[in-house]
Amino acid sequence: MKRIHFIALLLICLVPAAPGKEAQPAEDPQIAQRMKNLTQQLRCLVCQNETLADSQADLAEDLRREIREQMKAGKTDQEILAYLTQRYGDFVLYKPPVKATTYLLWFGPFVVLLCGLLLLFQYLRRRKQLIPDIALTAEERKRAEQLLRT
Amino acid sequence: MKWLLFIPLGLFVGLVLFLAIGLRKDPHEVPSPLINKPAPAFQLPHLQEPTKTFSTEEMRGKVWLLNFWGSWCIACRDEHPLLVKYAESKILPIYGVDYKYANDNTDERAAARQFLEELGNPYTQTIYDADGRTSIDYGVYGAPESFLIDKNGVIRFKQIGPITEDVWNNKIVPLAKQLNQ
Repeated sequence: MKRIHFIALLLICLVPAAPGKEAQPAEDPQIAQRMKNLTQQLRCLVCQNETLADSQADLAEDLRREIREQMKAGKTDQEILAYLTQRYGDFVLYKPPVKATTYLLWFGPFVVLLCGLLLLFQYLRRRKQLIPDIALTAEERKRAEQLLRT
Repeated sequence: MKWLLFIPLGLFVGLVLFLAIGLRKDPHEVPSPLINKPAPAFQLPHLQEPTKTFSTEEMRGKVWLLNFWGSWCIACRDEHPLLVKYAESKILPIYGVDYKYANDNTDERAAARQFLEELGNPYTQTIYDADGRTSIDYGVYGAPESFLIDKNGVIRFKQIGPITEDVWNNKIVPLAKQLNQ
């Protein structure tokens, strides 16, 4: 009995995953490539941690269709991105643009890094001052040279 | 140099403050770029009478609320009784856009009509967006969404998600009164 259960379970696991809704007829490979590149940079607004390329949300499907149609109509990627940000804001972009409100985001880490480096240098210099510089006697120098040679 | 010992504590307090602020914000409320911009113009058929159309041009000189909803939207069902109540108060007209996803193959028009018959109809006019394009133009991503539009056709306020008593009484009504003056 147990074995039958096991086989049944195995069979269930082997059933191929149902094909996604996105079963499209063959399309221009150039547009397919552009679609892939562009939708991977965009955030789905419904499930915010998914890209527009991966999301199965209805809105994501409508937006993919819209983007595809605009590409076919000869719109550039820049124009399509502008179309989306006009409606949903910079939030749809996974890579936020560099502007006054995002300076902290873009340059903050470098400022922190610079502060860290400054502190480190200051610390090292102070430490150096703590170690007294004692001149060697002739005998000590001789011994040191000997040790270095061996 | 004893004060150096307090740096980690200071950093920790800062972190806690940032987290406390961050946790209070709803990540689903994305600031709309459409606030204080002209409401996207559209011309669409009525839900109940497909031969008639509604155009945003008709609304010039009026302060009105545009509510995006759908029969498939559960939060809309929650919001609906409040809309019915507010429509009766006649403070400002509420126009509804029934949002249908283009890839959705169900008969949304029939479902939406039934929705209004069951729960009451708060809308001065109900508009049917058959391919979701107008809804996309308004940046709708989490129905219900409502836009308060002024006499010049400029969006002055946007509510993402259901309108609550608090939002209606403290935001929409005062702003609408001010805009009507």
